[in-house]
Amino acid sequence: MGLRIVRGRVLKVGDNVDTDAIIPGKYLTLTDPRELGKHALEGLDPSMPSLLKDRQIIVAGRNFGCGSSREHAVLALLGAGVKAVLAESFARIFYRNAINRGLLAIEVPGVRNAVADGEEVIVNVEETTLITASGKTLGFKPIPKELLEIIEAGGLVESLKKGLTK
Amino acid sequence: MHSLTAKILAKASGKEKVEVGETVIAKVDKVVIHDVTGPITLEVIEELKYQIREPEKLYVFLDHYSPSPSVPASNIHRKFRSFFSNYPQTKFFDIGEGICHQVMVEGNVLPGEVVVGADSHTTTYGALAAFSTGVGSTEAAYAILTGKLWFKVPEPLYVKLDGELPRYVCGKDVILRILGIIGQEGANYKSLEFLGSGLKSLSMSDRLTIANMSVEGGAKNAVFPLDDTLISYLEGFGQHIELGKLAYLRPPDGVNPDLVIDLSRLDPMVAKPHSPANVSPVGDVEGLRIDAAFIGSCTNGRYEDLLVAAEILKGRRVSRSVRLIITPASKKILNKMLETGIAKIFLDAGAVITPPSCGACFGGHLGVVGDEEVIISSSNRNFVGRMGSPKAKIYLASPATVAASAIEGRITDPRNYLR
Repeated sequence: MGLRIVRGRVLKVGDNVDTDAIIPGKYLTLTDPRELGKHALEGLDPSMPSLLKDRQIIVAGRNFGCGSSREHAVLALLGAGVKAVLAESFARIFYRNAINRGLLAIEVPGVRNAVADGEEVIVNVEETTLITASGKTLGFKPIPKELLEIIEAGGLVESLKKGLTK
Repeated sequence: MHSLTAKILAKASGKEKVEVGETVIAKVDKVVIHDVTGPITLEVIEELKYQIREPEKLYVFLDHYSPSPSVPASNIHRKFRSFFSNYPQTKFFDIGEGICHQVMVEGNVLPGEVVVGADSHTTTYGALAAFSTGVGSTEAAYAILTGKLWFKVPEPLYVKLDGELPRYVCGKDVILRILGIIGQEGANYKSLEFLGSGLKSLSMSDRLTIANMSVEGGAKNAVFPLDDTLISYLEGFGQHIELGKLAYLRPPDGVNPDLVIDLSRLDPMVAKPHSPANVSPVGDVEGLRIDAAFIGSCTNGRYEDLLVAAEILKGRRVSRSVRLIITPASKKILNKMLETGIAKIFLDAGAVITPPSCGACFGGHLGVVGDEEVIISSSNRNFVGRMGSPKAKIYLASPATVAASAIEGRITDPRNYLR
């Protein structure tokens, strides 16, 4: 149950980060997560892919992942080594795609102001807490059991293979 | 009182009724994939080694790279053609046939159906009183393989439309106005449900544009009721509606609207960089210089969109400093452009006509913008980098506003061209 506790350094982004910013349209002929990962968040700033090399957790404002339904956005983040996205809120399709691909996506109210860029944090899914290096603790709503099972199986396809879902 | 969305989802899940927030497993009538999101769907299908049980419910489009601008895109097309040669019942639309969302509403979607597509603008078909929403590639594969999908019944956001649209004010201006009010996540997880006497003045083309861009406010879906306008539209595609069976989709009574828009007082609207919800009346940005203008996309590439643009461009020329690109949304529309002569109006005005494609709208090809360029576009998104260079600026507007602006070389109120 490796995902029950996630630890890592934070890359902080703003509100309304759209999927064109997460992976620009010109890379959409790629499907390999490692290749897509080389361009993760490039639409936001060309320096982002190199910044992501030692960041594992993205902290975002409202409406993360809005816009196009491209699942490439989730694959790019996974390919760049992102383990979790913590946001004030998520756009609907991105959230479903994240779950279906085994990327931990959690709505954490107040996360934007509580966490600094580059700070280390620990996410405890079981205890529904986020602890920051500066000593703050934030809570979040538990992830529904069915969704957590899909995430922990590594996504919808893996969980289908394991017979976890109908 | 249940929303039209709740009523459609109840039928699709075999229930008397369903409540907001309830999770249902609904039968999916049709699934749409295309050459950008579809490759991942095919990988999932191949990995699971399942057979596609009902290939006739699957609609496959080569529309984003139409025709292919690169070797990787050509290889995607090769794979699609080869994969689906094993499924002759699948509805396969090769390059040039049209943008998926336009072709789907040309007689392929019926009121009351549940349709999912691996594309966010699948919300478009709500104009046909259907439940339709965008999903990811993996979920599309799931729907293709199982014929069903889970949905949380969305909370409705009722939008009442009063009055009548003035000339050269379009469906695009209605949805931009709504986005300006509710914001970029104002409808997140919700269903936009349209009602009111103002619907009468909205053509199907206007409604399709509105439903299409509802996703820019985060909406799960949008839905228009089954009224006479829709019935005669469907008859145009040889589909005769049995009202008895579909009476539940008729316009609702006694609903308290969350939002009221008076169409008769609406101005042409413009969404400024870099959000479709960053909206002003055209007057606020009038005079701003542009380098390029685009009319097309699943949002505004319909015949009516092109017709209003042609009306404005007839006998005039596009500014020397501007390139105007016209992309009809389907082969049917391109044919009609040729038949009615509006293609010639565009060419005489100095515009470039491309084959049906998603190209320019998503920065793929057929009109990509360069550094520091300003484009006014009838498409749906003005995010940074959406149509090409991240240094470009995109203004979204109606086809009428785009046409008038292309003539002037500056953002222009189309009502100046009323003849």
